[in-house]
Amino acid sequence: MLEVRNLTKRYGDIVAVDGVSFSAAQGQILGFLGPNGAGKTTTMRILTGFLPATSGTAKVAGFDVFTESAEVRRRIGYLPESPPLYSDMTTESYLRFVARIKGMPRAAIEDGIDRAVRTCGLNDVRGRLLGHLSKGYRQRVGLAQALIHDPQVLVLDEPTIGLDPVQIREIRALIRRLAGERTVILSTHILPEVSQICEKVVIINAGRVVLEEDMAALTREASLEDVFLRSIAKEGAAAEGAPA
Amino acid sequence: MRNALTIAGREIRSYFVSPIAYVVLTGFLLLGGWFFFNLLARFNMLLTIYSAQRNPEVLERLNLNEFVIAPLLHNLSVVLVILVPVITMRTLAEEKKAGTYELLLTSPLRISEIVLGKFLGAMLFVGLMVLLTGIYPLILMVYGNPEVGMILGGYLGLFLLATSFVAIGILTSSFTENQIIAAVTCLVALLLSYIIAWPADNAGETMGAILRYLSLTEHFAQLVKGVIDSKDVVYFLTVIGLALFLTHRSVESIRWR
Repeated sequence: MLEVRNLTKRYGDIVAVDGVSFSAAQGQILGFLGPNGAGKTTTMRILTGFLPATSGTAKVAGFDVFTESAEVRRRIGYLPESPPLYSDMTTESYLRFVARIKGMPRAAIEDGIDRAVRTCGLNDVRGRLLGHLSKGYRQRVGLAQALIHDPQVLVLDEPTIGLDPVQIREIRALIRRLAGERTVILSTHILPEVSQICEKVVIINAGRVVLEEDMAALTREASLEDVFLRSIAKEGAAAEGAPA
Repeated sequence: MRNALTIAGREIRSYFVSPIAYVVLTGFLLLGGWFFFNLLARFNMLLTIYSAQRNPEVLERLNLNEFVIAPLLHNLSVVLVILVPVITMRTLAEEKKAGTYELLLTSPLRISEIVLGKFLGAMLFVGLMVLLTGIYPLILMVYGNPEVGMILGGYLGLFLLATSFVAIGILTSSFTENQIIAAVTCLVALLLSYIIAWPADNAGETMGAILRYLSLTEHFAQLVKGVIDSKDVVYFLTVIGLALFLTHRSVESIRWR
């Protein structure tokens, strides 16, 4: 469903993503872990067609992100780090707008809005202006926006950041419900989140993948936190040792 | 095209749910009304003076088109130089700031649809501004007999001028995520195009002709005079097309870096 091979992104001299490869099967929830600035957002932006990679390839649902970008964008739902909301629109009119630009057929739009509103629990704020919503609701509208056109792949960039514990639990439950047929990639640096909902883990540090493993195999011997800290430390030591 | 209309529709709605549309329209019509009132008062005064002097030659030359409508259109065009950047500064810069740019660029939209949608939205709004000032010539037509063809030519000119301003404004908005920078860049570009022909008279024949050709105002002035020449219309269409093309490249450039 998702296949990333040797993805590299350079900004001038800075290498943000350095030869990243990983894959995710259909229906899998993949946790994309890493410290801040590890290249998670950049990788996700490349997958969604927002940014081009400097080199390497990525395939989403069998389509190449670079040469068949429009096909990929049709099949992907993306929640960026801060939800892309127009503060002067109501929840409903915003979702209608997104449904249209995502290329949903006219007849399916109203049903799609109803479904997204129901799934994300937005009934109470349907007619409210997005600018007036609380952070939790904004995040949920962001999710509704990402899944309105029923995409095969969902890319969620830190979906629970800045939420209170109750909201975090709600969003997690929501993501789990969403998975099913869909492949979900979820970036975060909150480890318990990953151990609770993800089936596969990719850890990335300083632009490089340091670990790609199924959740079950990974946590058999140690806690995710240990694994995470160990893989990042190992990578750091290797990088320091490299010039010598 | 459907997608471009969706973007345009959202754009227009966002003008009218915020106070921007109302402030800009009120300000524009207030200034327009003030210009109109004063031009008309001056025209009446001239009429009274020359009638008292029984000077038929001068009276012959006094007409509403040249003494009221043409200066009115020129004044309105100066106001547009200041107001259009305020309208267009948000178009792309605000999307970048709010993060909705990511939504647009990761949707299955073509960049041309995004640019065209933004352009159509702003153009319709500016078109409405121009249209509403039509009340002034309408008043003249009720109480006097100005030449209608000339009025239409002038309004075509004002509309084309405003549309070119819009295209340039969207271009400058695509350069930055800071709305102030977008507005100032646009204002400077528009003012420059307004006054670029100033040295034309003593810049030599070729250079003078080039400067005059480049100036948006010179072409606008032709249309206001009632001379509807396809070369002026083509000039405006070229400016609009060029600005939109460059906007397309500028939006696309995120894919080159």
